[in-house]
Amino acid sequence: MTVRIVVLAKQVPDPETPPSQFKIDESTNSVIPANGVPPVVNGFDLNAVEAALRLRDSGADVEITVLSVGSDFVMDAMKKPLAMGADRLVLVDDAGLDKLDASATVKVLAAVIEKDGPFDLILGGRQASDWDQGHVALGLAEVLGLPLVSLVQKLEMDGASVSLQRVIPDGYQMITAPVPSILTITNELGEPRYPNLRGIMQASRKKPEILSLGDIGLTSDDLAPRLELKRLYVPESNRQVELIKGEDEADSGKKLALRLREEKLI
Amino acid sequence: MTSVLLVAEIDDQGAISQTTLQAVTAANGLTSAEITAVVAGEATEPVTSLAVGKIVTISAIDDADIGVYDQATTDIAALVSSTKPDIVVFGKSDFGSIVGARLAFRSDSAFASDCIEISNADGTVKITRPVYGGSALAEFEISSTPAIVTLRAGAYEPDGETGSPAVEAFASNERASRTVSVTDTVSEARDGVRLEDANFVVSGGRGLGGPEPFSVLADLAQALDGAVGASRAACDAGWIDHSHQVGLTGKSVSPDVYIAIGISGASQHMAGCSSSRAIVAINKDADSNIFKEARFGVVGDWEKVLPSFLATVRELKA
Repeated sequence: MTVRIVVLAKQVPDPETPPSQFKIDESTNSVIPANGVPPVVNGFDLNAVEAALRLRDSGADVEITVLSVGSDFVMDAMKKPLAMGADRLVLVDDAGLDKLDASATVKVLAAVIEKDGPFDLILGGRQASDWDQGHVALGLAEVLGLPLVSLVQKLEMDGASVSLQRVIPDGYQMITAPVPSILTITNELGEPRYPNLRGIMQASRKKPEILSLGDIGLTSDDLAPRLELKRLYVPESNRQVELIKGEDEADSGKKLALRLREEKLI
Repeated sequence: MTSVLLVAEIDDQGAISQTTLQAVTAANGLTSAEITAVVAGEATEPVTSLAVGKIVTISAIDDADIGVYDQATTDIAALVSSTKPDIVVFGKSDFGSIVGARLAFRSDSAFASDCIEISNADGTVKITRPVYGGSALAEFEISSTPAIVTLRAGAYEPDGETGSPAVEAFASNERASRTVSVTDTVSEARDGVRLEDANFVVSGGRGLGGPEPFSVLADLAQALDGAVGASRAACDAGWIDHSHQVGLTGKSVSPDVYIAIGISGASQHMAGCSSSRAIVAINKDADSNIFKEARFGVVGDWEKVLPSFLATVRELKA
């Protein structure tokens, strides 16, 4: 039996963009794309792709669909999961879909999953590196009425269920979840694999399946935000560092300790 | 008048969690009415002296529900639908993040997580939260009721106030379907003080170049009776266990002194330590971002700076 997996993925500005190049257009409350730094698939979503691929490596017959909602997709970025080994790429691509809040994103994803499903596992990254939230997978579980386990660092198919390790502050929980379930994957799972040349060649030949809002029976009126962004800005840092300079580096270390004592910090 | 429900959390020592005490301060600032706190399990000291108007108890969270919170979500959702608060406040924690999000979607309402500021002006709730890994701040207006928020640890100070709230029990009479089961919990051994509770945190990053230097950091942490932290880069490289990770997706710490060694100070890391009283940076790159965040710094090679720093600390502590 083929295990159908859908991995939720989001295109985000590269979080490795140097701070000096991170700029915001306050008139539109949006990030100005940094010159020469293309967007990427959210790193935690690649952990989720990796989790799905590891199920395949362990011998399960899996079909991996990557699903994203947005606009202005950069195909070189979005095809990375295909190059890693995913089978399909489904993009809901329409104007304004890159600005949805979590509640609207969940409505779009739920509509696609109901149309394209059923799926056995829905995997997402623990959070996205743009809005730093991680609400979408949790909300999707509520809307679809599916079991949810967050922060998964390891998963194995076990007949009609999945055995999971869920990260907690000082260790992990062992959890059994039924199929279908929604899981969020955390970076403790391990680094996503690098695509090999064969994967890149195969990905370049695959065409993404592109859907509009109309294709899934929604209009922009269905997607009113629950949270309205009023202002986005880079905070001013007013901290002034006091650099401790000794005669040499060893002396600097000594003087640093003495300075901290002077401030009654140690 | 704005009604506020505070979801309180009890930590594993039986005390009210620090994030809850901080959230009480924030919640009391949102309304002139008395607030209600909901707590899972029995209300005993110190819950009964929280600075709130009323305590509502729901069923205790059993071990099989921890981390999943099917029943806790169901109970709190039932309480919210019967009492109709305007604002629901959680401290940011594993519990708050999961239950807050599930509650918001169950009640088709708004959820803003990890807020550093919340205000209420004539019923308009505004929040500020760090985004893009802390590189930017976003201000939102919440346009649905209830407004459900979690507050970042350290965003508000506990104000030390106490109260003598009335206590009543609430039973939702609704059983959540238990399809996910927690079969075991594996705790990883920890030496010394808990990272989140430490007054001193000594953290290492990519600049350390490998796993071995963490033993020097551990010596310094021990001398200061503190704990060892690390950047995500160091954890993902396998130099130290992820349980030491400080940052947006790791632990949030607010020690008196946070010593960052070989850490560049990416905003995602600073998100976990920026509420420290003083950040001290040792880094050989004078242009690295950590020096924009630190109060004290040494530009230099940690291998040369740290031994004399450690020796002087030991002398001072002797």
